[in-house]
Amino acid sequence: MTWALDHIGDIMSRAGQHAWLAGLPLVLGLVIALPLGWLAARRPRMRAVLLTTTGLLYTIPSLALFILLPPLLGTKILDPVNVIVAMTVYTVALLTRTVADGLLSVDGSTQQAAIAMGYGSFARFRAVDLPLAVPVIAAGLRVAAVSNVSIVSVASLIGISQLGYFLTDGYARSFPTEVWVGIVACLLLALVFDLVIQVVSRVLTPWTRTVAA
Amino acid sequence: MSLATIWDWFTDPANWQGTDGVPHRVLEHLFYTVLTLLIALVIAVPLGAWVGHSGRLRWLVTGANAARAVPTLGLLFAVSMFVGPLIQSDLAFVIPSITVLVLLAIPPLLSGTYAGIDSVEPAARDAARGMGMTGWQVLTKVEAPIALPLFLSGLRSATLQVIATATIAASVSLGGLGRYLIDGLASRDYVQMVCGSILVAVLALVADGILALLEKRAVSPGISGRATRVARSRARNSDPHPEPDLDGADRSDTGPRQPAVVGSGSTGPVEATAATGTPSERDRP
Repeated sequence: MTWALDHIGDIMSRAGQHAWLAGLPLVLGLVIALPLGWLAARRPRMRAVLLTTTGLLYTIPSLALFILLPPLLGTKILDPVNVIVAMTVYTVALLTRTVADGLLSVDGSTQQAAIAMGYGSFARFRAVDLPLAVPVIAAGLRVAAVSNVSIVSVASLIGISQLGYFLTDGYARSFPTEVWVGIVACLLLALVFDLVIQVVSRVLTPWTRTVAA
Repeated sequence: MSLATIWDWFTDPANWQGTDGVPHRVLEHLFYTVLTLLIALVIAVPLGAWVGHSGRLRWLVTGANAARAVPTLGLLFAVSMFVGPLIQSDLAFVIPSITVLVLLAIPPLLSGTYAGIDSVEPAARDAARGMGMTGWQVLTKVEAPIALPLFLSGLRSATLQVIATATIAASVSLGGLGRYLIDGLASRDYVQMVCGSILVAVLALVADGILALLEKRAVSPGISGRATRVARSRARNSDPHPEPDLDGADRSDTGPRQPAVVGSGSTGPVEATAATGTPSERDRP
């Protein structure tokens, strides 16, 4: 505990780096997965192609992906961009399916009503289908957030600075306290991500609470 | 770093011999993976089946899923530091790693088994009971086939998790393909790292492909929809006695509908047989 307090500045700065490496890919991944999921929900054939491709990408183990990306992207191995790209790939892989499932879960009669009210294809997606799919997408995003926070710590093995540093450093120095601090910090960060996503999801879906009020 | 250097590494005979050769490392990796999965299956499947069947202790599944938030690297280091010194042999590096791999494989297997058994409709269970099945028969002939798709998807994610984490476990001295990545990093041999990463990725893709194939083959035709499709196309193609066309004019609108009704009627028993496996006949001594 005293060790953690003595190093609170270091812990916070690495937590910030960790949040950036795990959080930015969540946003990027969601932005990419929305159109892909929309396509997968509308075209059954595209669905098979998209979900197979993203599934294959998700299969590649994280440490291998961190090492394989530099030659593919032309970056240096210590460049944090590799981690951002790798985590974005994983997020897209998880979320494409979730977005498609969420859009397909929208009630048919609701869609019919929207069409009857004169909504065009895109307007209906933006104003009806997407908001109604928010709870499903948020659930997928929570899974992605937790797994991102865990996977980012692996990048400390190749020397990229974030909370995982306390794990590798503590192990190398046979100093268990530091390892525990790293684990707890990762868990807390995952919890923060989880709470933020839940709050945003609630704010975006006010109608889910009107019955109770 | 070019494709030629990668090619050279893979075609260098020195990389295919001895304990540091590709065949040995691949086999090591597979050995850890299979061993871990077997231990995890023995723990998770009976537990998941019991929780799903009885509906008790559901928090076990929720808890196991929440535990996935623990960073795998941290778990690996923590367990190695505490368990490693307790073991006075060469296994000091293997046992902690396998322990962590088992811990990581349990949640997906547990929730897959639980969700599979839980997805069985009570009506199907009651029907099986009503047909005179014993509790064991209900489990093996009704619940297990229906649970299989969800269980297999749990097995797939457990396998991927184990293959990926076994790679990372090279940092706590486990063998396997992760050695190329970690040793390559230590000796700044970037070519070796990339080649090791390619091998790990290929191993994961092949394992996932095999399990995907197994998933397709093993799932009961009544559940995957194959039986329905097969039976329907059979009913359509091999219908030797089409409905006698009584009269052209006033049956022309009902005519086309007729084969459809016949078709779906005849698939009913076929589907039921595929899903439950005609227990009333087979189980008589």
